[in-house]
Amino acid sequence: MSASIELDPSKRIPLVLGNHTFESVTEVISKPTETKAPKWWWIALCGAVSLLLLLVAMIGYLVFEGIGVWGLNNPVAWGFAIVNLVFWVGIGHAGTLISAILFLFRQKWRTSINRFAEAMTIFAVICALVFPAIHVGRIWVAYFMFPVPNQMVMWPNFRSPLLWDLFAFSTYFTVSLLFWYVGLVPDLATLRDRSKTKARKIAYGIFALGWRGANRHWQNYEKAYMILAALAAPLVLSVHSIVSFDFAVSQLPGWHTTIFPPYFVAGAVFSGFAMVVSLMVIAREMFGLKELVTMHHLECMNKVILVTGTMVGYAYGMEFFMAWYSGYEYESFAFINRAFGPYAWAYWIMISCNVISPQLFWFKKLRTSIPIMFVISIFVNIGMWFERFVITVTLSRDFLPSSWGYYSPTWVDICTLIGSFGLFFTLFLLFLRFLPMVSMAEVKGVMPEANPHHGEKH
Amino acid sequence: MQPFGYLAEFNTPRELIHAASVMRDAGYTKFDAHSPFPIHGMDDAMGLKPSILGWIVLCGGSIGLTTGIVLQWWVSTTAYPLVISGKPLFSYQAFVPVTFELMVLFSAFAAVFGMFAINGLPRWYHSLFNNESFAKATSHGFFISVEAKDPLFNTEITRSVLENAGGHNVSLVEE
Repeated sequence: MSASIELDPSKRIPLVLGNHTFESVTEVISKPTETKAPKWWWIALCGAVSLLLLLVAMIGYLVFEGIGVWGLNNPVAWGFAIVNLVFWVGIGHAGTLISAILFLFRQKWRTSINRFAEAMTIFAVICALVFPAIHVGRIWVAYFMFPVPNQMVMWPNFRSPLLWDLFAFSTYFTVSLLFWYVGLVPDLATLRDRSKTKARKIAYGIFALGWRGANRHWQNYEKAYMILAALAAPLVLSVHSIVSFDFAVSQLPGWHTTIFPPYFVAGAVFSGFAMVVSLMVIAREMFGLKELVTMHHLECMNKVILVTGTMVGYAYGMEFFMAWYSGYEYESFAFINRAFGPYAWAYWIMISCNVISPQLFWFKKLRTSIPIMFVISIFVNIGMWFERFVITVTLSRDFLPSSWGYYSPTWVDICTLIGSFGLFFTLFLLFLRFLPMVSMAEVKGVMPEANPHHGEKH
Repeated sequence: MQPFGYLAEFNTPRELIHAASVMRDAGYTKFDAHSPFPIHGMDDAMGLKPSILGWIVLCGGSIGLTTGIVLQWWVSTTAYPLVISGKPLFSYQAFVPVTFELMVLFSAFAAVFGMFAINGLPRWYHSLFNNESFAKATSHGFFISVEAKDPLFNTEITRSVLENAGGHNVSLVEE
């Protein structure tokens, strides 16, 4: 056997701390799904469900009353709906990055956070999909968007970026769900085999599909997992590129730029990693997972935040440069207006949160400090929401000064945004309670004991 | 009653790999190794051929690609021809995103459903689940199962092969 070219994983920074055996890993990860839910979980769930009800009420009001309850006006015909859509889907991208791209690059540290991040992806994409669905006004004819035969013999326009978006989102959601589920199957089998009650055995058993850890299955399973990763990696890049086409394919100053696709992708990864850090810092504390999700993992994520935050900062600078260098006065005006116009407050919130705050991660002391990383990750999430807000409301001063105005959201806009967090956290809390939040099979696979040459003397 | 076969337990991934290669060299074909995670080098130890899944995904991806192009071509030139910004009806450049997405979607379906189909899953009942200790296979246990259907299967010889390979708790599993 070709042992010599294999790097001994025990020489690297250990990914699992403490004296864990395979059995104790199963024990630690299964525990939150098998014991009674802690009190804080119930309190958090009550809060999340109340916000979810707020979202449902706002959507009901919107459908009953019409789109006029939102603060849209003529130059700013896209308001909170597109801002929230891009915000949520961007958060989702970190999950796919961790599960697919880091997998292809053999970054073994991803194993203890990928399940968590993929769950976040799916719930964030669900939140994102709410907005395009409700913004059409008459949501009962939302099926017009799909290429389905209908009584009007009408078909969608395949040359519109908005239609590309529909395909990109639905594909992204489906593929992420499949990827997540395939990863879950062996762990669901673990929960099935550990279950003490009949109901649990049946519930987990159905979804475990009869998995029995056979190597003849693992062989195809690993192949499928690798193929899915290879498919999801370009997919995630395409999804946010297509989101940016919604803006970039238009002919508007401030939007019609070629830097948008890479800049949006970097921003998406940036915001997504920040969200993973915010949630992980809390979850590892609450569920006693500190030996599986170590400081090394958090530090790796903070480094990604630093890199992508710097890329985003570069893109902001380059946009200004291109606006000046193009010599196109409308383009120049759009950017001067962003930084010094009526929305300067939003622009500078964006710059301070996205460009300045992650620079603190250059210092090892700061990027390994739990409170600092938690605060910065929240800042990044705020900043990235404002980035999309700034891009969208740039239109409030377009070509004709006579149509200039000021876009303000209404209370319905704001409550819908807050409510979407309720949807996200409700799903997330249910996930923490009922599914293994760390991939057991994958974590065991990176433990030194899993190496068939473990204990061999060379 | 005809038994399903033997189930033998091992302590570590290393022992399991060794036992699998012993079974392979002894000429057994209907045996399998069970572990809570995939073990590096096990496919060679068991003498498995490479997975054919890649070819299935290639078919799925090709179908998705063709569907994407044909759908957009037919809709834009035949079913609902609309001139947008004076561009040709079949502006293939604008059709790249949807074609790509459909290719990925169909490939992913092929990868997931193809994988489960090759593995014969879902299969909620399996004789091995009758064995009490087999529940460990998804947590921390390492097992080799040999089916009675194997031409070399013999209640005495197979047991001693498994025991010599380092297996303990070698037991017959009922069908």
